[in-house]
Amino acid sequence: MPTPAQAIRHEYLRHNKKFPHVWCPGCGNGIVMGALLRAIHHLELSKDEVVLTSGIGCSGRMPTYLDFNTLHTTHGRALTFATGVKLANPALNVVAIMGDGDATAIGGNHFIHAARRNLNLTAIIINNSIYGMTGGQYSPTTPFGAISTTSVYGHIEHAFSIAELAVTAGASFVARSTVYHADLIDRLIEQAMQKRGFAVVEVISNCHVQYGRRNKLGGAVDMLKQFKEQAVTVSRAEKLSPEELEGKTTIGVLVDRELPVSTEEYKKVRRRAHESGDKV
Amino acid sequence: MGKATKKSEPVTDTKDKTPSSRKKKYFDVSFYHDWCKSCGICMAFCPQKIIGTDSKGRPVIEDADRCVGCRFCEIHCPDFAITVSDRKPKRRINDV
Repeated sequence: MPTPAQAIRHEYLRHNKKFPHVWCPGCGNGIVMGALLRAIHHLELSKDEVVLTSGIGCSGRMPTYLDFNTLHTTHGRALTFATGVKLANPALNVVAIMGDGDATAIGGNHFIHAARRNLNLTAIIINNSIYGMTGGQYSPTTPFGAISTTSVYGHIEHAFSIAELAVTAGASFVARSTVYHADLIDRLIEQAMQKRGFAVVEVISNCHVQYGRRNKLGGAVDMLKQFKEQAVTVSRAEKLSPEELEGKTTIGVLVDRELPVSTEEYKKVRRRAHESGDKV
Repeated sequence: MGKATKKSEPVTDTKDKTPSSRKKKYFDVSFYHDWCKSCGICMAFCPQKIIGTDSKGRPVIEDADRCVGCRFCEIHCPDFAITVSDRKPKRRINDV
């Protein structure tokens, strides 16, 4: 009799792919993959009802290991393909898995406009503050002053917050977690997939090989310990002053609001056009 | 090992007096070493600190009786290499 964890591995992993996976030892991508599987398993969705799309990067490897309908697409276009899938068949649960560079640099325009349109999609963004796969170049979320291969003497640009960008762009559901809080990622992905409208889950992850090593943050274990110390829940963050919140990461559901969903609005437009009887 | 058996003594004493729901539960932790990359997350974050290393640096369970079944290692293993299961009673003498 397999345990629940074993049952999930047997059911959802593609065992004809080569395991162990390509990610470095201790990479947070594996933790997010496990959380995604547990969330889908808990929602009792069949494998045919779920579509995963991903772009390029370390995070883009994730759907290749998972036995759903998957699309491994061009760089930054995970949401674009997800939009197409959703418009073609609105009954499917579409999840776009992206990295920070994939979502906010190369696919930045797609990201903000998908949030503005409020399509009924789920976007999981794994934020490791660096372009890990290509050799450690700085990304839009690399903090000021950090060392990377393209900012050897310190990064001169400022980072932006992906979750706050999604809130401003008009997403229905925005949440943030870190890879240390793996059970929270489960719950947030589950809520995001149930949400009508564009749902963003930002997961702060560790790239100890490209980012942690150059910035003297230690290995995977040390970075996970830092996530644990830096994390502040949303309810606790409300009581803290801005000075106390400096260097902290707010985790939990940041925004959960009801907005008209474009796939449903499109149906209404079609009905209105049909009823008006105009011959266009 | 000696310490661990001492710790579990009070639990076995109260076993007869308290309802069966208070009985200490035992868990088995198994590692699938073919998928393990020895990242060290399970060893560092185990609340009971019962995961150690073998000569190759791979994780091994040192004292399975002290496992509290929190499943932190199972859900934080990036390589799906850890399974925590409820301990089943032994049926044969040579059962592992």
